[in-house]
Amino acid sequence: MHLDDLAEQAATIRARDAETEHEIRVCMAASCQSSGSGQVLDALRAGVEPQTQSCRVKGVGCMGLCSAGPLVAVAAPGDTLNASRLYRDVAPTDAPAILDNLGNPEPIERLHCPTDQPFFTAQHRIVLEHSGRIDPDSLDDAIAVGGYSALVRALTELTPAEVLREVTSSGLRGRGGGGYPTGLKWSTVAKMPGGQKYVVCNADEGDPGAFMDRAVLESDPHRVIEGMAIAGYAVGASKGYVYVRAEYPLAVERLTNAIRKAKRAGFLGSQIADTQFGFEIELRLGAGAFVCGEETALMASIQGLRGQPRPRPPYPAEAGLWGCPTLINNVETFANIAPIVREGGDWFAALGTEGSKGTKVFALAGTIVNTGLIEVPMGTRLAHIIEVIGGGIPGGGRVKAVQTGGPSGGCIPRAHLDTPVDYDSLKGLGTIMGSGGMIVMDERSSMVDVARYFMEFCMTESCGKCVPCRTGTQQMHALLERIAAAEAGRAELALLEELCEVVQATSLCGLGQTAPNPVLSTLRYFRDEYESRLVD
Amino acid sequence: MSLHRPKPPLPSDDTRWKLVNATMRRNGYADHALIETLHSVQDAFGFLDETALRFVAASLDVPLSKVFGVATFYHLFRLKPKGRHTCVVCTGTACYIKGAGVLVDALRAHHQVEPGETTADGALSVLTARCVGACGLAPAAVVDGEVVGKLAPEALLERLDQLEHAKTAPAPPPRARAPA
Amino acid sequence: MPGPASQPKVRVVTFRVDDQDLSAREDETLIEVCREHRIPIPSLCYLEGLSAWGGCRLCMVEIVGQPRLAAACSTRVVEGMEVHTDTERLRRYRRTLVELLFAERAHVCSVCVSNGHCELQTLAQRCGVDHMRMPRRAVSYPVDSSHEMFRVDHDRCILCTRCVRVCDEIEGAHTWDVMGRGSDCRVITDMAQPWAESETCTSCGKCVQVCPTGALVKQGTSVGEMVKDQHFLPILARRRHPR
Repeated sequence: MHLDDLAEQAATIRARDAETEHEIRVCMAASCQSSGSGQVLDALRAGVEPQTQSCRVKGVGCMGLCSAGPLVAVAAPGDTLNASRLYRDVAPTDAPAILDNLGNPEPIERLHCPTDQPFFTAQHRIVLEHSGRIDPDSLDDAIAVGGYSALVRALTELTPAEVLREVTSSGLRGRGGGGYPTGLKWSTVAKMPGGQKYVVCNADEGDPGAFMDRAVLESDPHRVIEGMAIAGYAVGASKGYVYVRAEYPLAVERLTNAIRKAKRAGFLGSQIADTQFGFEIELRLGAGAFVCGEETALMASIQGLRGQPRPRPPYPAEAGLWGCPTLINNVETFANIAPIVREGGDWFAALGTEGSKGTKVFALAGTIVNTGLIEVPMGTRLAHIIEVIGGGIPGGGRVKAVQTGGPSGGCIPRAHLDTPVDYDSLKGLGTIMGSGGMIVMDERSSMVDVARYFMEFCMTESCGKCVPCRTGTQQMHALLERIAAAEAGRAELALLEELCEVVQATSLCGLGQTAPNPVLSTLRYFRDEYESRLVD
Repeated sequence: MSLHRPKPPLPSDDTRWKLVNATMRRNGYADHALIETLHSVQDAFGFLDETALRFVAASLDVPLSKVFGVATFYHLFRLKPKGRHTCVVCTGTACYIKGAGVLVDALRAHHQVEPGETTADGALSVLTARCVGACGLAPAAVVDGEVVGKLAPEALLERLDQLEHAKTAPAPPPRARAPA
Repeated sequence: MPGPASQPKVRVVTFRVDDQDLSAREDETLIEVCREHRIPIPSLCYLEGLSAWGGCRLCMVEIVGQPRLAAACSTRVVEGMEVHTDTERLRRYRRTLVELLFAERAHVCSVCVSNGHCELQTLAQRCGVDHMRMPRRAVSYPVDSSHEMFRVDHDRCILCTRCVRVCDEIEGAHTWDVMGRGSDCRVITDMAQPWAESETCTSCGKCVQVCPTGALVKQGTSVGEMVKDQHFLPILARRRHPR
């Protein structure tokens, strides 16, 4: 297949879709599904049965504003989310009204959710560009919006070295937490001597309060497959694994379906786009172990072992799965690849800040008006995200702190909300970008309690291999319990701080090394909350 | 030198073993298929009993202690049968901040059951999960596979009571064989 | 039979450990080289002849120019590297780690058959652990005395996995493994059943000899009588895996 054939195919699909006057898109991502969007979809489908030329009802992926679900968008085929008419908190009983109102220039007032509000207009969607527009189970929908054109272009018009150059010049950094330069990682694997190599997609999104990767997999799975295949071409790998949490059944289902369809259409398998390049993807399910997000533990798990990390080096790029060179990136990183190949590395590098390029998807949650999924350019100020896009605290309360980076991150106090969100600024504040969870807390939240919560998390998720993480997290948790209950004194606070230092410095893997971060960051900004509870 | 290793016979004529065997065959009986195979046992039987673990160990030629080590490392694998209904309370950060602890306390008080346990009458298993990804609906729980969100403790208890009274959910399939 | 011809090309590198100039093959780890030159590096999981595990973190050393500490058992020597093995900071960390181990389970030296011959006890003395700043974890574990020759007391186990590795790598039985996760980890024989019922154990006793504490001991020993003998390990390892 050539690029022209694919473009023609896309044009044909778009032309066919354009014959329909109205497209009714019902969010079928996990959050809206759990508030009943399935029944809404059924009711709408029943209302336009048989599907006429004038109206098509389809299930789509995440539209972002999860707290207002079920969300239904009425649009013309090809319209973006912001150009559509959005309805919120839709019940199945609202279906007739929505269908009756189709031709009306005025929306239904009681359900209307304006898309000209900052939550929608202040975002910049690259990873989520097609999320909420296309049916994730339809390969045609993906192709219509340009799916797989970057892969076919890379295979037919670019050499692996040229792909590497685009990815390197884009300045993309790993979206899983560490922020390692993606181009450098790819080049390292590419430079390893030939033979078997692997590409692994880390979809073991485990940070509590984070659901970016789930949304991408549920909304636009083909984009991840395409990114992985391009990576395989660039580094010389013929086999890929997606390691996905078993707790995400919907994502697993859609990904399985997408892999099958991509294979049938020739975007996976041997001789893709009539070239010598072949690439297969297999799914591996996690089984409830947070530590498997750590790359060496993840590889152990793919190999059927206990998910325990091993010392690095050797890094996976050198000796990964079964000792072979292995490229591991997370879902969002792979989801950025197709646009980078399509638009060029320089285009991507023009977005964001000096050290952090492109956009970042965040899961906004906690005490905030608009909870859901957003994508903003790197460098957007925290205050802008929380007050403008997130709509601030319900009832007009004050933000006390924002937690980023999950159990490996820290709390940013109100005084620092002016900080631009990028890898380096957040690090300077004692937290990390992490995978993108952003939990907003108001004045009622106790910071000691937040630290205790995350320490409990790390304690129960510790794999048990190394002493500082296994026993240190447990002692720190016990100390935090005692401080929270106002039973501890200065000596215990001092011991807590020392344990933080030891566990951070001596733990084997990232889980242990970063486990003290929530304590250290709350001690840094909210020390008085600890001290006010001491008994001596 | 190669020692011939015969595949063990299926533990019983329960057809679900064929599903398990199919997973192993698809992976060429390679030892790295262990977790995939345990998933397929749990999908078929609801939990992993000793018979199943021994069968998988023998089929994949993985040491028994290794199989047991893997089965107990991952929290999703259950070594005991589930209750007739399950309620998974999400304890992710967003749910925690919005009161997941209250839900757990309510279940504890009303059903005398700790997270990870099943009530004495086998009616209800209570579990906790690290974020079910429904942060927009916090606090959330998964009741018999269905996510329910924005829950007050009373609403959750009422919903669970309805389940038990409605008896609509089918009982779990009978176990293949008692553990050896 | 391996031919004599092909010598793998391994370079020899020179580096400094605690102001002492040393040389070693580049495929050697820091701990191997230090032990060879009698530079003491504490460790409870590392044992010559077994694969490196990297769990006890007591062998952490400082490498000049590297922000993070490195575990000597899993760090290869590099040309020109400068290593410090015994700084004040490292001594403090080691003391805390040993203390954490003591607090994790009910280690009571005065009633232990390994008293006086225990690697954990010796290390505690060397690190200067003379009191405990943290409470003991109040969980008690069973003793399995079912085996006719050996006994396992989980209260004295530090989860170093030497028994697991020697059983798998040297004996080839893989009777031992670890179950559970985090602090709930426990070493098990077969399906966590009594040792005597194990179908795979050959009763060779290697696990007992490599155990650094009184967790795995011979039956019939009383307080202070259990002395371990590990001299067999490097010999067996060499014969099984000729370099």
